[in-house]
Amino acid sequence: MQRNRKVLTGTHFEMGNWACTEGAIAAGCNFAAGYPITPASEVANFLAARLPEAGGTFLQTEDEISAICAAIGASWAGCKAMTVTSGPGISLMQESIGFAVATETPLVIVDVQRFGPSTGVPSVGLAGDIVQVARGSHGDYQIIALCPESPQEMFDMTIRAFNLAETYRVPVFVMADGFIGHMREQIVVPAEDRIEIKNRKIAQPAATVLERQDFQDINVAPMPVFGRGLKAHVTSSCHDEHGMRNLSDPEVMHRYTMRPIEKILEHRAEIVRVEENCEGANIVLVSCGTVSRSARAAAQLAQNEGLRVGTLRLLTAWPFADLEVRAEAEKVDYMLVLENNTGQLYPYIKAEAAHACRVSFLGPQILGQIHDPKYILDHIKELIQ
Amino acid sequence: MTISAHPLKEKYARSHIKRTTTCPGCGIGTVSQAILRAIDELGLNMDDFVFVSGIGCSAWIPSPFYNADTLHTTHGRPIAFATGVKLGLPDKHVMVVSGDGDLTAIGGNHLIHAARRNINLTVVLVNNGIYGMTGGQTAPTTPRGIKTITSPYGVMEHDFDISPMVVAAGAVYVARWTTYHPRQMTRSIKKGIQKKGFALIEAISQCPVQYGRASKLGSAVDMLTYFKESSIRLAKAREMDEAQLQGKIIVGEFCDREKAELSEQWVRLRCEMTEDK
Repeated sequence: MQRNRKVLTGTHFEMGNWACTEGAIAAGCNFAAGYPITPASEVANFLAARLPEAGGTFLQTEDEISAICAAIGASWAGCKAMTVTSGPGISLMQESIGFAVATETPLVIVDVQRFGPSTGVPSVGLAGDIVQVARGSHGDYQIIALCPESPQEMFDMTIRAFNLAETYRVPVFVMADGFIGHMREQIVVPAEDRIEIKNRKIAQPAATVLERQDFQDINVAPMPVFGRGLKAHVTSSCHDEHGMRNLSDPEVMHRYTMRPIEKILEHRAEIVRVEENCEGANIVLVSCGTVSRSARAAAQLAQNEGLRVGTLRLLTAWPFADLEVRAEAEKVDYMLVLENNTGQLYPYIKAEAAHACRVSFLGPQILGQIHDPKYILDHIKELIQ
Repeated sequence: MTISAHPLKEKYARSHIKRTTTCPGCGIGTVSQAILRAIDELGLNMDDFVFVSGIGCSAWIPSPFYNADTLHTTHGRPIAFATGVKLGLPDKHVMVVSGDGDLTAIGGNHLIHAARRNINLTVVLVNNGIYGMTGGQTAPTTPRGIKTITSPYGVMEHDFDISPMVVAAGAVYVARWTTYHPRQMTRSIKKGIQKKGFALIEAISQCPVQYGRASKLGSAVDMLTYFKESSIRLAKAREMDEAQLQGKIIVGEFCDREKAELSEQWVRLRCEMTEDK
């Protein structure tokens, strides 16, 4: 009997970090590199045990810099590659996140966020990296970041992250946090044939790379994966559509930055996801990630008291759901932004909403705690007084 | 104007690349030729290789010149990238070509850990003792006392002895030659490619423009003459004391041994875990 240890179809009661691992394996991940860090370590621990069973490789590196570099190298070798870390690790990876953007490398980066700044509090979750994953590497670029709110979504969104990474040849973040990473809940793993898997397009051989477009196609150039005689030239320095370095032509410089940005923005309709529950509401609670659970509970409490409160949840933090936030703002009187931080997405939301409705921010009652729904409700009542 | 090309260029370089980026008298050409001769003499094809390089003059040896899969990475990280490439493509030869600043300063941690892991990479480390591309700053390999642009009163720190350091870190093959020893260098690169495990070939190379000026060693010819006159074979060096070795370059094979290799162990584990039971 062949061991089928790829997709653990069934209903499980496990922690989010387990779900993330199983999502990666179900998505076809066959290479992961990581460095131990709380509260993300369990993902690496599980991957170390599970990847070999699924025909993959796990590398524990000397630091997070090495982890992301090895994952990028493996992706160019044709693997579906990932790395997993938390805030301090993301800080160390920033330079190479830019490398993955500039070289259009499919890669999944799982960030089980924790309390910061600096070494902070390792075991306490906080959505502290929302902006740094999108803006932390130098230069201009766009990123895709998905925001799960439960262990089940850590499974689902890790699969989606691999599919988006392969489809658009980009690094994709899964923005979990210490709360859902360590939370145990029911996780339903579907049958293998019910899981949609996307694989990258691969370039064809050509006499020289000048006869092939390997980069900078808004509709995604086929990837000249290594080891197939494609003689790919890959550099993160400014390059043309063939991958050849060019540091003198202003138009090439412009395209080098703009095309990877346009590639994501052009396909935003297929990438950006929001969950809207605002029928008849004049107050909407805007959230993403773990805090969405409190937002939903608070809206329910408010509705029980006859208040017209709805929710708008951003399933993708990046690219930013500007159109969706704007459309919602034009329908309501008040937007209350809930984040497990001091307001990282708030300026982006405010910029899209403030012309149409009142907008304010509410952090948790104490940083590092999940918003108490009752605390949110009390705040709503103060607002409408 | 007639452009004459070396037969190795015809065979191994991207046809549309017409010029290199090195300064007159640079030793990089000698190292590049040693690499290509090694590949040629082994009868290997460029499609058998993936070349990975970092930032600095010598990182430009394979990229964009070599007609192969080439990955030009961020500063200091080529060995980390190459580790992922090798684990993903265990049947390919993965060669890292980069400088002393890239591989021992900003990337020093990756160098010693790759040697410890014994992953099958061939690392050609071009050691010119200075940061050439950025204008002649002190490197971890710049000898004490020399005046550089960032040590205008003389380098006060001590320099790395790279090859013994990599032996200590666990590499299975380590050799050091200078650009005065192109044949020996070629032979060692061949051994490094064939070796199953982490191989380092340290190529002491002249940078007449930056190092030559800082050290007052002068032109490329002067520097090669210095390499010729100062090089001592490892066996002979073992009989000499510290005072006698002052200013000498110890050349030769520092180690040639066998150890379990990482990518091969992964291939075996994956087979064991997924085969029919």
